[in-house]
Amino acid sequence: MKWKDLFTSSVGKKWVMALTGVFLILFLIVHAGINACIWANDGGVMFNKVAHFMGSTIVIRILEVGLFLGFLIHIFQGLILEFQNRKKRKTGYAVKISIKESTWYSRSMGLLGTLILLFLILHWKHFWVPSRFTGIPYPEVILESGKKIHNLYALMQSTFSELWVVIVYVLGCISLFWHLLHGFQSAFRTLGVSHPGYLKIIQRIGFIYSFIICLAFAMMPVSMYLGWVK
Amino acid sequence: MEHYVMNLTLKVWRQKNTNDKGRFETYHVKNISSEMSFLEMFDVLNEQLIQEGKDPIAFDHDCREGICGMCSMVINGRPHGPWHRNTTCQLHMRAFRDGDVIVVEPFRANAFPVIKDLVVDRSAFDRIIQAGGYISVNTGSAVDANAIPVEKDKADAAFAAAACIGCGACVAACKNSSAMLFVSAKVAHLGLLPQGQPERKTRVLNMVAQMDKEGFGACTNTGACEAVCPKGISIDYIARLNRDYMMAALSSPE
Repeated sequence: MKWKDLFTSSVGKKWVMALTGVFLILFLIVHAGINACIWANDGGVMFNKVAHFMGSTIVIRILEVGLFLGFLIHIFQGLILEFQNRKKRKTGYAVKISIKESTWYSRSMGLLGTLILLFLILHWKHFWVPSRFTGIPYPEVILESGKKIHNLYALMQSTFSELWVVIVYVLGCISLFWHLLHGFQSAFRTLGVSHPGYLKIIQRIGFIYSFIICLAFAMMPVSMYLGWVK
Repeated sequence: MEHYVMNLTLKVWRQKNTNDKGRFETYHVKNISSEMSFLEMFDVLNEQLIQEGKDPIAFDHDCREGICGMCSMVINGRPHGPWHRNTTCQLHMRAFRDGDVIVVEPFRANAFPVIKDLVVDRSAFDRIIQAGGYISVNTGSAVDANAIPVEKDKADAAFAAAACIGCGACVAACKNSSAMLFVSAKVAHLGLLPQGQPERKTRVLNMVAQMDKEGFGACTNTGACEAVCPKGISIDYIARLNRDYMMAALSSPE
């Protein structure tokens, strides 16, 4: 077989989804960890410092390109697979196939992924675009060393002062939870883990991971809206 | 279990040939015994249709004892009907109650075109087997059966995979019309045994290539296939195929 055949075969396409999926799973840990600094309750000092470090360090800026590619490949490959798979049954069933042993969320990865994408566009517009391109409309914070850094914390506070934004973010996190609940263990299956014992462990870790990550993300806008962090 | 008789309403997919659009027809059957098989109930209905001078319903069947993989049908939204680990021919009418309405459709997938009524063309599976689902053996006198040692757990796992009867219910149930459970069972069945090692890599590459060519979808690990499989083939074999495929692809000589 030619090397390119790998990327056009059904199994190869799934490998691409699984590898980028695992990469994004790892990214979410970093993202949640950094954002959790808002709960230091120090008026956002620690959070702004970490955000500044992430934005100003060359290594991380290079990694950001990889992250962007990871997102793009996962999104496009996912959408392509969803449309290709749907086309494999031109005449559908009159009675919808109902198999309770197969979970609804495993059969709705395309839909959940699309909901997450819609949320992501809003999320990028809220934070990524201002911090990278258009600028943050709040005065910079001056550190003890005299260095001036972006006040991303103030942007977060103002963004999450609107109820509809908080609701959309929480819904985004719920979609992410279901997507991860299937995606986490499915990725390992695609990557070839077939031992029932390991698969059981992976499934449990997947549940714990999805629950903690999504709860942490959902609590961020909620705690800002309710004024739990100052 | 107590014997009873029932009257049923059947909504059956009728299609003259592959190019016909097809439609549902409603039929009524009376005095159906709870001890009849689902296909015997269809035999009764067909007798009725023949007596009325109508075209009987075409459906696939052969052994009628759950081992040949010929019978198909999607019954009330489930391939092979409501019973777990069961084929349509082994589904008995005691699964239904008097007055039930039963909708019967053919297996649906582009790779399984309808030939007539409930009969679909599953020769795509044969072509996948031809692409690599075999081992090459020299002609001549038979080799001593015990000449090559096989570990017990490997033999058991290979046997569990070999239980696949190739009925295609996995494809019918899958939202992606994927044939991965079938292909993975065949790949595992031969790949687990010493006799399957020489062609192990070309087998998986060629069978997956043929599967894609036939127009089946990609697997998303939903587990619907395993749930409807009359032989309970585990989707863990699909993970095994994914691993085998990548090993074969990465070490392919060209």
